Amino acid sequence: MEKNNWKAWLYLLPAILFLGAFMVYPLIDVFIYSFEEAYNSASQTFTGVGLYNYQYVLRDPYFLQAVKNTFILVVITVPLSTGLALLISVGLNSIKKLKELFQTVYFLPYVTNTLAVGLVFMILFKTTPYTDGLVNLMLSWFGAGPVDFIDGPYWAKMFVLCFYTVWVVLPFKILILTSALASVKQDYYNAAKVDGASRWTIFTKITLPMISPTLFYLIITGFIGAFKAYNDAVALFGTNLNTAEMNTIVGYVYDMLYGNSGGYPSYASAAAIILFAIVLTITCINLLISKKHVHY
Amino acid sequence: MKVVLQNLTKKFPSRDKKDRRDVVAVSDFTFEIPDGKLIGLLGPSGCGKSTTLNLLSGLQTPTSGKIFFGDDDVTNLPAENRGVGLVFQNYALYPHLTVQQNIMFPLQNLKGEAKLTKAQMEEKALEAAKLVQIDGLMSRKPSELSGGQQQRVAIARALVKMPRVLLLDEPLSNLDARLRLQTREEIRRIQRETQITTIFVTHDQEEAMSISDLIVVMKEGVIHQIGKPQDVYDSPVNLFVATFLGTPPINVFHGKVEGGKVYIGSEAIGSVSGVEDQPVHVAIRPEGFVLDEKGPLTCDLDEVEVMGRDITVVSKHPDSQNVEIRSIISADNKVDLSTGKVHFSVKNHKVFLFRKDTEERIYTDLV
Amino acid sequence: MAKQVDYERIERSAKTRNTVRNTIVYILLTFWAVMVLFPFYWMVLTSVKDYGSYNAERIPALFTLHPTFENYAEAFTAVPLAQYFGNTVIFTLVTTAVMLIVTILAAFAFSRLNFKGKDLVFTLFLALMMIPNELVIITNFVTITDLDLRNTFTGLILPSVTSVFYIYLLKENFAQIPDELYYAAKVDGCSDLKYLLKVMVPICKPTIVTVTILKVIECWNSYVWPRLITDDQAYFLVSNGIQEIRENGFGRENIPAMMAAVVVISVPLIILFLIFHKKIMEGVSRGGTKG
Repeated sequence: MEKNNWKAWLYLLPAILFLGAFMVYPLIDVFIYSFEEAYNSASQTFTGVGLYNYQYVLRDPYFLQAVKNTFILVVITVPLSTGLALLISVGLNSIKKLKELFQTVYFLPYVTNTLAVGLVFMILFKTTPYTDGLVNLMLSWFGAGPVDFIDGPYWAKMFVLCFYTVWVVLPFKILILTSALASVKQDYYNAAKVDGASRWTIFTKITLPMISPTLFYLIITGFIGAFKAYNDAVALFGTNLNTAEMNTIVGYVYDMLYGNSGGYPSYASAAAIILFAIVLTITCINLLISKKHVHY
Repeated sequence: MKVVLQNLTKKFPSRDKKDRRDVVAVSDFTFEIPDGKLIGLLGPSGCGKSTTLNLLSGLQTPTSGKIFFGDDDVTNLPAENRGVGLVFQNYALYPHLTVQQNIMFPLQNLKGEAKLTKAQMEEKALEAAKLVQIDGLMSRKPSELSGGQQQRVAIARALVKMPRVLLLDEPLSNLDARLRLQTREEIRRIQRETQITTIFVTHDQEEAMSISDLIVVMKEGVIHQIGKPQDVYDSPVNLFVATFLGTPPINVFHGKVEGGKVYIGSEAIGSVSGVEDQPVHVAIRPEGFVLDEKGPLTCDLDEVEVMGRDITVVSKHPDSQNVEIRSIISADNKVDLSTGKVHFSVKNHKVFLFRKDTEERIYTDLV
Repeated sequence: MAKQVDYERIERSAKTRNTVRNTIVYILLTFWAVMVLFPFYWMVLTSVKDYGSYNAERIPALFTLHPTFENYAEAFTAVPLAQYFGNTVIFTLVTTAVMLIVTILAAFAFSRLNFKGKDLVFTLFLALMMIPNELVIITNFVTITDLDLRNTFTGLILPSVTSVFYIYLLKENFAQIPDELYYAAKVDGCSDLKYLLKVMVPICKPTIVTVTILKVIECWNSYVWPRLITDDQAYFLVSNGIQEIRENGFGRENIPAMMAAVVVISVPLIILFLIFHKKIMEGVSRGGTKG
C-alpha cells in the first residue's frame, strides 16, 4: 500500500550486511587477488598486477593432477549416478508395497556426515597388514586378487572415490526423480496403454519427455556439484590429497589457501576462478543442449 | 460517531505507459455520515467505493482532503491507531488461529491504559461472539467453518474492540442467495443493537436499498447522489442513478418534449410545463405502467410471466433503449395474448425525464 | 470356446510376466537398500567389536557375539569427542538461529513491504545464488584471519549465516499469504513486526521448519570452512574432529574406537531424520542441493 522505505531497509539490513561482507565483497576481492602478483598475506603487499598467478597455477603439476582427477570424477559419476537414480526411481514408482520404506532408506546418506561415513568406506576398502578388508574378501570369492583401494594404484583409488561419490549423491537424485515421476499424470499412461503401447515405448515416448526438465536440472546440478568435489576425497584419502594423487580442484584451492602448502591466496583465487570458468562453461553448454531437447 | 469527509480525493499514478495522467479513484468527496447510521456505498465496480473504504480505514492515505471521526481529524492517522473495525470481502480470518483467538486478536494489540487482562479479553470475545451467534464455535479453526460462519467471525472480530466506525467491504458477496438475505438482516440487527456508525460497500443495489439508512451512489470516482434509499429511488438526479437502482431495471425510451407534451415516438404519454422543446430520455419504472386499452403507449407483446402476487409483462417498443420492456402489474389484470399488442398508460410519478446531452434530470411534474 | 481359452492363456502369461518383473524390481531395490544400509551396519558392528579381536580378524566377521561398549568410552576419553560434539551443537544452534532471524526479516521486507528499488535489490539477491562458495571463501578466510577471529565461534559462525536461497524460499511462501490478512491486522492495530511474528511466521511454520532442518544438516556436516578457520582442537567441529581422529587418532590405529566416534556423530542427524523424514524429504525436494 503506502511506501515505508526506511522501515523496509531496516528489515533488510542484517541480510545486506551479511551478504555484503561475506559474499559481495569477497566476490570482488577474489578477482583482485587473482591478479595481484606475489601477494604476501603477512605484509599485505604485492609486487605487480598481471596474469602470473594464472600462469603459475596452470603450470603447477598438482593443479593439473587435480584437474585431471576432477574431470575423470565428473565424467564417470554424473552419467552413472543420474542413470542409476533413474533406474531406481522407475523401480520405486512401479511398486506399491514398501515404497515409502525404500524411499526413506535411500535418502539416508543425504543426512549423514560425509566425512564420517567416508571413514567406513575407507575401512571397507582398505588393506592393512592384518586384513585385506571386506571388499577384498568378496573379490577373492571371485578369484580376484587383493587390491589396496586406499593406498594402492591410481585406478583403484579413483574407483573408490567414484563409488563413494555416487553413493553420496544418489539420495538427492532419487528423491527428485521419484517425485517427478510420480507427478506425471496417470492419464497419459492409461491413454498409451489403451493405444497398445509397450512398456518400453511408454517409457521412452512418454515418461522420459515428461520428466526431461527434471532430468536436465539434475544433470546440470550434478555437473556443478561434481566439479566441486572435495569432502568425499578427504574422507577417503585424508587431507594430504596431493601425496595421494587424489586432489580435486577445490582441494587445490584450499591447500593453496591453508595447510601444508598454504598461504597463497592469490594462487588460490586464480585456481578458484579457473574452476568457476570451467563450471560456467559446462553449465552454459548444458543449458544450450537442454534448450534443444527439453520440450516444455 | 459522526463521520465527515471533506473534499476527499485519491489519485493513483497511471499504470498505462501511453496515458500518464493520474487515475482519480475518488474525486472531491464531501459528505457527512450521521452518528449511528448504516450507510451503503453503492456503485458498479471501479467506482471508487473500495478506495473510499480504504481511506476511511487508514489503509490508504488521501491525496488531498480530510476525514473526521466526530471532531477528530484522522486523515493521517495510520490504520493501526484509527480504531475502526473492517470486515473484508473474503473475511481475512487468520487461518492458524481459532475463532476465539481470531476475535481476541485486536484486543491483544491494545496498548497502555486500554490493555486488558486475559480474562477480560475472553469475556469481550465471548460477548462479541454471542452478538453474532457463534459462541458455540469458539475453539474451531476458520477452515472448519462454513462461509456464513466465517463471515460472522469476521464481524465479531471487527466489533470486539468497539470500533468508532465499522466498515464492511462487500460483506455478502461470498454467500449463497439464501444466506445473503439472512445475513443482511443480521447486519442490520447487529448495527441497531450496537449503534456503531457502519459503512458498507456493495455493487448490489438491492442489498444496499434493503438495509441502509442512507445510500451513496457513486460512479467513476464521483458521488452522484446521497439520500435515503426510497428517496433516491423515487427521485434519481440523473440517468445513471435511475438505471442503477431497481430490479427489474427502469425502462428508458428515446423521447422528446414538444409543445409541452412528452412523446415516445409519436405517442404523447403526458404533458409537462416549463420545459423547452428538446430530445429527452424518458425513463419509466416497471411498476409505472398501467394496462389500459386506450393507453397511449403501444408495445409488441412478447410474453407474460406470472409471479403470483403480480405479473411481469415483457414487450418491445421501437424507441426503447432496453432490449425488452418489463412492466410489473397486479395479478388481478388479465392480459390478452391474442392480439400480440399491449397498450399502456403510465403512472405520472414513476416517469422521469433526463436531458439527452448531460443525462441530468429535468425536474418537472408530468400530468 | 476356443477364443476363451486364448484369453485365459494371455491373461495367465501376462500375470506371470508381471510377477517376474515385480520380483526383479524388488530384488534390485533390495540390493540397493543393502548397499545403502550396509556401511551403517558395518559402522555400528565395528564400533562394538573388541579392539583385540577386531585386529585378530584376518577375515572380517559379519557379526559379533560379544558386543562391547569399551570403544565408546575410549572415543570419549582418548580424544575430545565430547568437545567436538558440544562445539558442533553450539555452532549449529547459533548459526541456524541467526540465519532464521536474518532470513525471516529479509523475506518479510521483500514479500510484504514496499520500498524504492525493491525489485532491483531482489534481483541482486537472486544473482547471488549463482555465486559458488568456493569463490568467496578465500577472501572470507583472509577477512576472518585479519580480524583475528580464527579459532573463535564468531569466526566460524559469521560467514556461515547467509543463505540467499532460504530468503528466496521463504519470500515465496510469505507472498502466498493474502494481502487482506495484512490489512486486517493493520486495522486490528497490529504493527508490522507483530504481524510478522504473530501471523506470518505461524502460517509459514512448515517452510520455516524445513529451512531450519536443512540448515541444521548443513551446519552439522560442514567441514571446509571450519577446517580453514580452526586449528585449535578446542574449536573443532565433528567433521574436523573425525578427520583429526583419522589422521592422529588414538595414538594407534584403533578402528573400533574410530567407528564408535563415527556412530556418535552420525546419530543426532539420523534421529532427526527418522523423526522428520517426511518433512526433510519434502523440504529437500523443494530446494535442497547436494552432490
